[in-house]
Amino acid sequence: MPSPPSADVVFHVHQLCKTYQTGEVAVHALRNVDLDITRGEFIVLLGPSGSGKSTLLNILGGLDVPSTGQVMFGTQDLSAASEAELTAYRRHHVGFVFQFYNLIPSLTVRENVALVTDIVEHPMSVDEAIDRVGLTPRRDHFPAQLSGGEQQRVAIARAIVKQPEVLLCDEPTGALDYQTGKLVLEVIARVNAEIGTTAIVITHNAAIAGMADRVVSLGDGCIQRIEVNTKRLKPSELSW
Amino acid sequence: MKALDRKLLRDLRLMWSQALTIALVVASGIGGFITCLSAVDSLARARDRFYADAVFADVFASVKRAPAALADTLREVPGVADVQATLEQVVRIEIPGVADPIIGQLIGVDRRVPQRMNRVGISRGRALDSASATRADGSIETLVSEGFALAHGLKPGSRLNALINGRQRSLVMVGSALSPEFIFAGLWGMPDARGFGVFWIDREALAAAYDMQGAFNRVAIKLAPGASEQAAVDGLAGRLSRYGGREAHGRNEQTSHAMLDNEIKEMRVLGTVLPAIFLGVAAFLLNVVVSRLVSTQREQIAALKALGYANRAIAVHYLKLVLLIVLGGLLLGVAIGDWLGTLLTGLYAEFFHFPRFDHGVAPWLWLVSAGITIATAVLGTLNAIVATVRLPPAEAMRPPAPGNYRRTLLERLGIRRMSPALRMIVRNMERRPLRTGLSIAGVAAAVAIVIMGNFFRDAIEVVLDTQLTLGLRGDITVWTAEPVDDAMRLAMARLPGVTQVESTRFVQVAFSNGHRRERTMIRGYGARAELYRVIDIAQQQTLLDGRGLVLTDRLARKLDLRVGDAVQVQVLEGRGRTLEMRLGATVSEMMGLNAYMDREALNRMLGDGDYTTGYVLAVEPGRQTQVLQAIKALPRAAGAWSKSTMLRNMEEISARNIRIMSTIMTLFASVIAVGVVYNNARIALAERAWELASLRVLGFTRAEVSALLLGEMAMVITIALPLGMLMGWGLTQLFTELLQSDQFQFPAVIRARTHAWAALCVVAAGLASALVVRRRIDRLDMVSALKTRD
Repeated sequence: MPSPPSADVVFHVHQLCKTYQTGEVAVHALRNVDLDITRGEFIVLLGPSGSGKSTLLNILGGLDVPSTGQVMFGTQDLSAASEAELTAYRRHHVGFVFQFYNLIPSLTVRENVALVTDIVEHPMSVDEAIDRVGLTPRRDHFPAQLSGGEQQRVAIARAIVKQPEVLLCDEPTGALDYQTGKLVLEVIARVNAEIGTTAIVITHNAAIAGMADRVVSLGDGCIQRIEVNTKRLKPSELSW
Repeated sequence: MKALDRKLLRDLRLMWSQALTIALVVASGIGGFITCLSAVDSLARARDRFYADAVFADVFASVKRAPAALADTLREVPGVADVQATLEQVVRIEIPGVADPIIGQLIGVDRRVPQRMNRVGISRGRALDSASATRADGSIETLVSEGFALAHGLKPGSRLNALINGRQRSLVMVGSALSPEFIFAGLWGMPDARGFGVFWIDREALAAAYDMQGAFNRVAIKLAPGASEQAAVDGLAGRLSRYGGREAHGRNEQTSHAMLDNEIKEMRVLGTVLPAIFLGVAAFLLNVVVSRLVSTQREQIAALKALGYANRAIAVHYLKLVLLIVLGGLLLGVAIGDWLGTLLTGLYAEFFHFPRFDHGVAPWLWLVSAGITIATAVLGTLNAIVATVRLPPAEAMRPPAPGNYRRTLLERLGIRRMSPALRMIVRNMERRPLRTGLSIAGVAAAVAIVIMGNFFRDAIEVVLDTQLTLGLRGDITVWTAEPVDDAMRLAMARLPGVTQVESTRFVQVAFSNGHRRERTMIRGYGARAELYRVIDIAQQQTLLDGRGLVLTDRLARKLDLRVGDAVQVQVLEGRGRTLEMRLGATVSEMMGLNAYMDREALNRMLGDGDYTTGYVLAVEPGRQTQVLQAIKALPRAAGAWSKSTMLRNMEEISARNIRIMSTIMTLFASVIAVGVVYNNARIALAERAWELASLRVLGFTRAEVSALLLGEMAMVITIALPLGMLMGWGLTQLFTELLQSDQFQFPAVIRARTHAWAALCVVAAGLASALVVRRRIDRLDMVSALKTRD
């Protein structure tokens, strides 16, 4: 039996299942997942492709809804939320970072970040967010004029500018080289430490697991095991 | 500016060529709408203002001769508010140096009492002198209708001759004038600024010439507000019949008013139906382009959603994009429409004469255009936008599942000898039947509207050809003031240059069947006429020999008559009487509500001798002027006109206007055709850039890759061409139905030339688009196309 949600639990996931219909094939992406995540935690979701980590992240972020089971965000039941409620949830509580950055190519760095400050209530300033990811000198560039790492840092600035309670990152270093990847991880770790944002990071790179509080390994839609790191490494101490 | 709005402007800049073609399509639709309706609106406003300022009468009647005192008793007729009696005569006019015959309508005006109705306004020179009507040399001062004065370059002081009651009198122009009764001036409903003029002279001088002192022969009536026109017409007819009164009639039978009214009605239909079709195509095009655009931004939409943008906000974002494009089209369309409307108004001003006639786009037209544009944009795109925006964000972030390809119908039917390229083209077309169908429908619609744009020109040519080449084969038509003995025919035949003569007799009548009643005239032609023939809409001759009374089918329908039925015929001239006739046959004609009989049978029916009221002459080439001159010398010939003059008038004014109108519509339609084809090509390219780049990576040459895409385009056009011609035919049928009036039935004909032009437009647009697309294929970036799948 899972423990009842405590005041410090951000996400309470219970018996979560998700089935997709892709073309003519039914895919069981998640099967009976149970998981609690605490405020301020740095979680790494580890697993091979097709293990269901992206699906779990999407459901936690309100981008997708479970087929069965329950997901609670604090006291809000995401599995029963309407489209409008999910939108409001994403708008006010969640910051996303994707593997392919998903920037709007027709907008500059500042404008991509401003996309968010236009619609949320108490954002930090656009310039501060850009400064936090170290892109102040490049803030008037278009995505096409930036390297992959820079683009990903814009995506992080865009995600943190709303001062979200949770930061969800889907393979943030997947498309980046070693050095750049580390830089991006440092930014995420800093945001987690300085703003106290709960961070959930997907990766299939086991080396990154060292910087997490807990490492959740998924396989075939199920949680295989959960490891607790007694000592978190700094991103600069990681190597792969 | 919000970041999302910046994205909108930048997206717009990126897709400028597609945005431009869509805006042009919208501009064409709105342009056509504004051109027609602003011109017709300006015409109606000028008319209403003129009618109000000049107090245009409501009811008109003619009598042979009535005492002036009768005018006062007419005021007692229920519904009559005011009565104005005048004296009018039709005479032959001669201008030194002009060979063509001219008909003049003389109207007597009382120089001392201002007119209360149908007031004549002076546009140049001065009014008639109240002191002396005739000059010392015996010439009569006259005001000349403006159109006629302009056509002949007459100025105050110019002199003309008029044959007034058999006497040559000299007229001196003192000014040119405009009247609400003669906004349109012409004979038999055809504009003729040269051959017909109106002359206002002193009433006493006119009365003296015709021995009509203290009498009148025309009366104009103003109705009391809310009075019944029919009751007044009936009341007048009763009191006028003793004085040789021909039937009174309302404005709808007043020539100038009827022509204006007809023009306004036709233009309203034209200005509504064509732009509606154009805008329908624009909506369709928007739908295709926008759904495509939205689907290429699938991942951006997902990101926006992940950031917390609501579906509505995203949908509004794309709607804004569409609205910006179409509002650009709207502004351009109104500007073009305003400009072309001014041009059209200028053309109208040549045969509709008003004191003030300016063109303007009324505020309601602006509002309606904006409303139509926005409705088109929203209706055309909302479903495409909503469908994509509704995708769950997680799903939107995954690339779409690969399409389900399968063997094509043709392959399954056993046709296996297709090249791989052709197979790919056919499979691609078959896999997305809806999109292929929409592409074909779009191009077909483009073909159809080009045909529609040209249709009027084809129709007017067939009308002219039927009426003036097949129907009237004679060269000169002569008419007499009164019915005369046919012996005059010999005098005609003896004129040098005349090769053949046919007699005609026209009689003013009113047909009635039960409560239905129609005024017209019976045209008596030769039994087996060769010079003046009855031609139906299929361009076949109807012989009158032994058929009895023949009516235009529209007239028979209006009277609820079938062949064999009896009809009462009231003769409205000479000694009035009522006869009973049987309907012998009907004929489908393009123009008018006509009645025909074999002239000799008509004379027998009327109990008259061998009478005629006119002749049609065939003349040796080059001798027309000579024959016309000779006719002027015949005292009983009231007037004559030559077919070539009439053709020239038609060509110069009405046919020219229709041609210009048609050219404008064809241009608009061609723009739309280009827009449809170009966008189709661009969309196909964008959708398949990834696939085409992959083929290039595999080693396909540019030409081979281009052939795949352009081959599909060629196939779409090939299928769309015949389909579009069929659609064009259907639209033409619908259009002629909508335009059908009492007076006209446009022939639903499409000439081969029109089909060729429509095909040429679309194929040319296809070739131009192919060049653009080919250039883009040549520049296809293989690497980046493979990296981003859109």
